Amino acid sequence: MQKMLLLGDEAIALGAIDAGLSGVYAYPGTPSTEITEYIVSSKIAKEKGVKARWCANEKTAMEAAIGMSYAGKRTMVCMKHVGLNVAADGFINSSITGANGGLIVVVADDPSMHSSQNEQDSRFYGKFAMIPIFEPSSQQEAYNMVHYGFDISEKYRVPVMIRITTRLAHSRAGVGRMAEKEQNKLKLPADLKQFVLLPSIARKNFKRLLDNQEVFEKDAEISGFNKYVEGKDKSKGIIACGIAYNYLMENFQENGFPFPLLAIGQHPVPTNMLKKLYDECQEIYVFEDGYPLVEEMLKGSLNLGKPIHGRLDGTLTRDGELNPNKVAVALGLKDTIGQPIPAVVANRPPALCSGCPHTDSYLALNEVLKDYSKGRVFSDIGCYTLAALAPLEAINTCVDMGASITMAYGAADAGLVPAIAVIGDSTFTHSGITGLLDCVVHKANVKVFILDNFTTGMTGGQPSAAMGRIEAICSGVGVEPEHIRVIKPLAKNHEENMRIIREELAYDGPSVIIPRRECIITLDKRMREKFKNK
Amino acid sequence: MKKDIIIAGVGGQGILSIATTIGMAALEMNLHLKQSEVHGMSQRGGDVVSNLRISDKEIFSDLIPFGKADMIISVEPMESLRYLPMLSENGWLITNSVPFKNISHYPEVEKVLTEVKKFKNHVLIDADGIAKDLGSVKSANIVILGAASPYLDIPLEVLTIAITKIFKNKGQEVIDLNLKALELGREFSLKQA
Ligand SMILES: Cc1ncc(C[n+]2csc(CCOP(=O)(O)OP(=O)(O)O)c2C)c(N)n1
Ligand code: SF4
Repeated sequence: MQKMLLLGDEAIALGAIDAGLSGVYAYPGTPSTEITEYIVSSKIAKEKGVKARWCANEKTAMEAAIGMSYAGKRTMVCMKHVGLNVAADGFINSSITGANGGLIVVVADDPSMHSSQNEQDSRFYGKFAMIPIFEPSSQQEAYNMVHYGFDISEKYRVPVMIRITTRLAHSRAGVGRMAEKEQNKLKLPADLKQFVLLPSIARKNFKRLLDNQEVFEKDAEISGFNKYVEGKDKSKGIIACGIAYNYLMENFQENGFPFPLLAIGQHPVPTNMLKKLYDECQEIYVFEDGYPLVEEMLKGSLNLGKPIHGRLDGTLTRDGELNPNKVAVALGLKDTIGQPIPAVVANRPPALCSGCPHTDSYLALNEVLKDYSKGRVFSDIGCYTLAALAPLEAINTCVDMGASITMAYGAADAGLVPAIAVIGDSTFTHSGITGLLDCVVHKANVKVFILDNFTTGMTGGQPSAAMGRIEAICSGVGVEPEHIRVIKPLAKNHEENMRIIREELAYDGPSVIIPRRECIITLDKRMREKFKNK
Repeated sequence: MKKDIIIAGVGGQGILSIATTIGMAALEMNLHLKQSEVHGMSQRGGDVVSNLRISDKEIFSDLIPFGKADMIISVEPMESLRYLPMLSENGWLITNSVPFKNISHYPEVEKVLTEVKKFKNHVLIDADGIAKDLGSVKSANIVILGAASPYLDIPLEVLTIAITKIFKNKGQEVIDLNLKALELGREFSLKQA
């Protein structure tokens, strides 16, 4: 069969479909979004009846996947790195319950923060949970690891993690498929108490997880995803994790690779392999895209052994994505560079689309807030965060999803009243509702703007769980109905919208203002579809 | 055969259509391919770039090393200059001459074009104008691809097959318009050479 050209994300999606996936659960987040999008729009997945669900947030997605695993079917949950912070409770505890049907947690990290608030390395979460972690170096390997991951998840009854980074997620290459597997039948755990984490049971489960560490390591030795390649020149020994392997090999295409090499694709890393490299080489170089996990492990805090080079000793930068040049310089090879960027080139930061509803919302808010001291707008994460930059410069914070409302609440408690929160519709149902409840319970003087553009805009327009439900949610949580105001953010409504905002600012208590107008990108897409179907 | 190509533009300009077409052609020729794309935040009107690598041998890195790109294909002139550190000494700079001004501090266009012209191997083409004359403004990216095609080491017939396959669902008229766009871009480039 001809190979298919797939993004790393798509390779994982197709791998899962072919390996007998019954359900994928996810909340969008760059660079993980395309995994679930692929399954949502896959004809094969539809024919096979695979459930492909966008969930309210990563925690609900994680728990739904644990539920499907409980019921004996193969399931995958996908998120970006910071999504795992949200899902962490379910994730860590799932290592104690263990799996029944194969359970794969796919986490996409974003070194260099192309589209994120930080560059945390999810492998540390995997290690924390003490489960097997896979780090593919290519799209094909990503595809294969999904098949293998489901197999060992069921064999050892443990959730497994597949960790990728932006570069692999969003890079295309040829992928060959393996034989398709049937989905599992509904089959509850043999021990119906396996998933009851009462202390007495959890202690037993945890012992089993601890005992299995050796088994996981043995597996990583024989699975074929960790490769030891002999080398004649033992002055250096090289360790390359995941995609770092490619950057390394890029530098040795002509003359072949001279040093002993350990290419890591599966954790826990077999001690035997590490020891062999350490014993036979004079110095060790560690390349990993992310935090120095293996490097730190090898070095230990006392650093008493042979020289270990990597991100910790400055051989590589401590932050940022790796690339072939960084690896070359680290190994003392010649660096290459073209011509400098001419001075005339101006930077071009991302910006709100022209005609975006958020712009009109902020123009009204900015003008009203001229009457107050600066620095009181707590924002959240979405397209509307771009208003931090010129020309709008309308917001003062962006921390994590949902933090707009809760930070405004805390600041109002500190005396910053009124405090303004700005949150998107999808972010509101992701993590904003509980914060609003706090405001209601404590009658906080917080004005919450829920920017309802009917979609999850920043990640490309996935459906929003808030669709058609915002007023009901707010009044259900206890916001007074007369302080739930809907406005239409359009230039022609500017005066009217400012009047409504001023009315709510005059009220000493929690208000919700809902500027409502569809994202013009999804509107455009919808219109084109409609036109096409006519 | 090995070509490392940087494709540049602004989020929303659809640079991926160029990458997809070359990619499809590479598949026709049974070449190896890696193509990294930008998704996410920068797609909102920021600068975007795609690293496209095709080769008859195995390709390792998804990223082209600095100073090693054979070609920059850009749908916007200022964006073409942003990636000069990627371009090899004898590489080609092929760019649309029509600026995309979504920032208030966009430099004087003449200054931008002067920088492009300083480069010995360059093609500066009014792709929007050519596409408009053709009656298909959407085909500007294919005009630029046409301008790059003499330096791609991919036979014209193969690019033709690729375009035919990609626009198959849109009907013969769209296929023909894009093939014409490819041809016009190519002619422009060859006339300069
Ligand atoms: C925990 C977490 N999950 C996912 C993301 C990725 N993410 C950032 S913004 C966003 C969408 C926000 O949608 P919405 O609030 O409706 O605002 P819009 O972009 O539509 O304006 C997502 C999914 C993130 N930053 N953090
Ligand atoms: S995608 Fe939609 S919500 Fe995001 S900036 Fe563009 S118009 Fe606004």
